[in-house]
Amino acid sequence: MAKLFSNEVSDQIKDILKDMINPISILLFVDKACDTCKETKQLLEETAELSDKITLKTLELEDAADELSTYDIKRAPSFVFLDHNGDYRGVKFNGIPAGHEINSFISAILEMSGVEFQFSDDIINRIKSIKEPVDIKVFVTLSCPHCPGAVQTAHRMAMLNSNVKAEMIEAQTFYDLSEKYNVSGVPKIIINETLELVGNQPIEAFLDKLGK
Amino acid sequence: MFNFTIDKTPKKDLSNDKTYDLIVLGGGPAGLNAALYAKRKNLDVIIVANEIGGQLNNTKDVDNYLGFKAVDASRLIEAFQSHVNTFDVPTLTGVYVKEIQKSDNLFVISLSTGETLSSKTIIYTLGGNPRKLGVKGEKEFQSRGVSYCVTCDGPFFKNKVVAVIGGGNSAVDAAIDLAQIAKQVVLIQRSQLRADQSSVLKLQSLPNVQIHLETDVLSFNGQDVLKSLSLYDKHHESTIELDVDGVFVEIGNIPNSDLASEFVLRNDQKEIITNELQETKTKGFYAAGDVTSMPHKQVIIAASQGAIAALQAAIYINKGE
Repeated sequence: MAKLFSNEVSDQIKDILKDMINPISILLFVDKACDTCKETKQLLEETAELSDKITLKTLELEDAADELSTYDIKRAPSFVFLDHNGDYRGVKFNGIPAGHEINSFISAILEMSGVEFQFSDDIINRIKSIKEPVDIKVFVTLSCPHCPGAVQTAHRMAMLNSNVKAEMIEAQTFYDLSEKYNVSGVPKIIINETLELVGNQPIEAFLDKLGK
Repeated sequence: MFNFTIDKTPKKDLSNDKTYDLIVLGGGPAGLNAALYAKRKNLDVIIVANEIGGQLNNTKDVDNYLGFKAVDASRLIEAFQSHVNTFDVPTLTGVYVKEIQKSDNLFVISLSTGETLSSKTIIYTLGGNPRKLGVKGEKEFQSRGVSYCVTCDGPFFKNKVVAVIGGGNSAVDAAIDLAQIAKQVVLIQRSQLRADQSSVLKLQSLPNVQIHLETDVLSFNGQDVLKSLSLYDKHHESTIELDVDGVFVEIGNIPNSDLASEFVLRNDQKEIITNELQETKTKGFYAAGDVTSMPHKQVIIAASQGAIAALQAAIYINKGE
């Protein structure tokens, strides 16, 4: 099977993954009836081969039981990250992280491994003050250069507060969700089902929307 | 298939304690070329940008960058970035500049991360944000049919009817790109087309494109999602209701110049006024690219202005002013 990563991209990613601190696991959920599952699985396998700190486990939706509720998996392809303690920190991707989304995917690997990202103390305190469950959906297209930034911001909030769950949703793969949330422009961010943000907004905009 | 833009910037190269020779604000063609030229002049330079690529990110193809023929804009950005990376220029991305201050002849930049950076000189290349039309319904239907980025949102309109508003190069190029995806494209312009003749001829040759000139947009209409546009045909003095699935507003940009206001003069469009050496009213503070009053908003011109600004910054620093 032809590789998805060219040698050049593969070398670049391998070099970046050298910065990983702790090992991480990726749990991928696939389904036989899914168009993009095979390609997503291949992309994740090729990425996992580039660092011995990444463990990939693939599960068929029909074989998964407890995992579906533990990680709130409703569709395929969908994957979650577990940190070095095996803890789910609310970081999920729905759809293949190709095109521009390769950037949010690689960032999530690094940051889940413990590579620090910088927020001001004020922002960290505001994120930590979230006491109630927050669900963030970030709709993207693979051709959108502004989308990875929005996904990264949402995922960082999840990593900093266990009440926050954040997921990337590839709008064309999950057209039903795009229709449900009236998405025809990306990045579009839906918070707790009803609050909306459009564009690659700074973290302050997410927090303002939440009233934090 | 992959648009890889993550920079491997060693954290140790980013320092709050040191004074840089030059901070380049912005990661578009002007900023990247400024950093390249500065580094080759041995300046201690850092790029601070929200996104690498700047406004070029909103473009699909570039046909007029010397040496590249027709090139996908994201490939051009990668080529720029890869060239800059060969000089190991530290790059801080995903951050916003909160404030620029001047203290004891140094510029101090406050970032959204809470960090501050200081530098002897600044090259300000923060481009602009898409200009809104400002008519009824535009805000309400943003990302529910109203879009400002063809590369991002074009895929939603496969085999659908879309309108493009504007008459410059951006609008005409957007309409050409969309014509390959959409069932029908309607270009709406309040006056005449201003785009390059080669693009206009290409647009006119496409069978699924209609062009409405001398036409104003009165409102965006719909319920939950955009359904139609109300237009006013100035030539026939008549109102038209146009059913559409989406609209792309391509009427230029609002310069992102507010952060520089203390250090520069601006025209009534809020564009930064520079001389031919990209100097502003403040010594050591340069501006380049689409944020300036240069009327021709072109990739190659932005890149050239970045080069000029960097060379001038090098002279300023070496003089020890």
